[in-house]
Amino acid sequence: MSVLEIKDLHVTVETDQGIKPILRGVDLTINEGEIHAIMGPNGSGKSTLAYTIAGHPKYTVTGGTITLDGEDVLAMTVDERARAGLFLAMQYPVEIPGVSVSNFLRTAKTAIAGEAPAIRGWIKEVRDSMSNLRMDKSFAERNVNEGFSGGEKKRTEILQLELLKPRFAVLDETDSGLDVDALKIVSEGVNRAKATTGLGVLLITHYTRILRYIRPDFVHVFVAGRIAEQGGPELADRLEDEGYDRYVDTANVE
Amino acid sequence: MTAVTTAMPTAEQHGIKAHSDGPIVPVQTRSERFKSYDVTDFAPVTGREAEWRFSPVSRLTDLTGAPLDGSPYAVQATDAADISVEWVGRDDARIGTAGFPEERASANAWTGFEKALAITVAGEGRRELTVVRSGLGSAPRAAHTIIEAKPFSNAVVILQSTGDARLSENVEIIVGESANLTVVSLQEWDDTAVHLASHFASIGRDAKLKHVVVSLGGGIVRVNPSVHLAGAGSDIEALGLYFADAGQHLEQQVYINHDAPHSRSRVTYKGALQGEGARTVWIGDVLIGRAATGTDSYEQNRNLVLTEGTRADSVPNLEIETGDIQGAGHASATGRFDDEQLFYLQARGIPEGEARRLVVRGFLAEIVQQIGSPALEERLHQAIEDELRGTEGE
Repeated sequence: MSVLEIKDLHVTVETDQGIKPILRGVDLTINEGEIHAIMGPNGSGKSTLAYTIAGHPKYTVTGGTITLDGEDVLAMTVDERARAGLFLAMQYPVEIPGVSVSNFLRTAKTAIAGEAPAIRGWIKEVRDSMSNLRMDKSFAERNVNEGFSGGEKKRTEILQLELLKPRFAVLDETDSGLDVDALKIVSEGVNRAKATTGLGVLLITHYTRILRYIRPDFVHVFVAGRIAEQGGPELADRLEDEGYDRYVDTANVE
Repeated sequence: MTAVTTAMPTAEQHGIKAHSDGPIVPVQTRSERFKSYDVTDFAPVTGREAEWRFSPVSRLTDLTGAPLDGSPYAVQATDAADISVEWVGRDDARIGTAGFPEERASANAWTGFEKALAITVAGEGRRELTVVRSGLGSAPRAAHTIIEAKPFSNAVVILQSTGDARLSENVEIIVGESANLTVVSLQEWDDTAVHLASHFASIGRDAKLKHVVVSLGGGIVRVNPSVHLAGAGSDIEALGLYFADAGQHLEQQVYINHDAPHSRSRVTYKGALQGEGARTVWIGDVLIGRAATGTDSYEQNRNLVLTEGTRADSVPNLEIETGDIQGAGHASATGRFDDEQLFYLQARGIPEGEARRLVVRGFLAEIVQQIGSPALEERLHQAIEDELRGTEGE
């Protein structure tokens, strides 16, 4: 049974105004097959947590640990983390001009599996996943994210999630900018990945909307760089009604 | 480091008046630059001239200053129906019809060549021809090439250069009415080679030229295409791809002269630089003349800087003499490797070295994909791959 453990994580980021602390002691344990929603107001550090897990060089870990089945994630390079089974679906996926989606997927799969996938099976797998996500076949020959709409970029992220089969996926505001149809398609993809691979999910979102389609096992409210409250799915319903004001006010008083 | 300048708008357009505190030197329009095929009409090169200011002129004195060996050299040409390849005399009627030298090295070659290599394309079906010259030797020499596409012909002509050379040359490209011609000038010289080339193209009514400059090998390589859009509805797609390694100087000065209504131009040059002293220069002049109403033009240059110690100069200039155009634009960008692209690829498990290669390959592939010769495209992808292998171990 796989487990991703975050203990007392402190993270800073360098800004024009100097070094700014963002995460101030995050504790979180995700087991295989669990879905954890992280909710919180803008600027609470949700995305910082996502990028720190993936290893973005912009963020500096000043304290705490992240381990994957006991292995020190913080000691790994970005690509080593991905090969160890971590996946980050980005809020703003990057365009890679001149690199086709199919070439990119095959290169990534080869890197993660340690060997090139058998051609025929792979092509079918890609085609099936694309069809599940209602992506036209022509996407495979387009350059990665180049000229994609917001919804197409998010589908492409979930396509990678389904094909690369990580053990844990961090979804960074995957729901933002999606209309309801696209939201359903993307959510189905996440649910499918979980059902087939026992994926653990850290679902970062500002809104409760996506939680209607991806039911969380746990909900954590993120405020001012730490978890302010946690509970089951009912906590999300309460947030839907009350918003974040209660937490933000408390944080300000501190 | 990047230099970007733009030609001054004309006085009529913007109401610019001379300053009262002294004489103003007007910016010379590109079409008024001095032209001659006689080397003695040009003063010795100092390096301060507009067309030499980015070039290492002290290493070019034999090509710009002294008489050159203009005798024919060995070429290997593939067979293609309706395309003839032959040496012709200086009295060939086509010589001088596509353009004249605008600088001393070009004029020196013109003065010095004994025979011209003439490639004549006829017929109507699509043809492909490759002409290879290999190892022209270390003595300075001149060359002259004519590529003529007869009306309604359709061909891809690849000029491939390898080995050593000290060469100054002129290439005239004459595209007849409604012809569709692709010319690829492929520089894969040894690193000792020095190559200065001026290409002059004249494009007839409703004809299309795709002109591709690929510079990968050579110590100093300077290929300057001048394109005269002479006929109504003429079209030029000017593509360039260069990859400068340590110590290499790769330069291209592109001049597009819109001289006829409804002419169209697209200029896209992309380069990568890696290693100490890797140097590239791109100057792109576009002139839209008074007669060139309803034209559509866009030029751009992109440089990807892969290591410290390199320098890319990029200078787009646009001159417009008529208000009645469809579009005219230019862009230039020189940047380092995009760390966000790297992060994205690494976050998908791809190791850093491979991720870098993928991005550079993609960056340059945009040009390769447009050439239109599958065999050559495949070979160029491999050549770029080999260049990128050079980065390993750094």
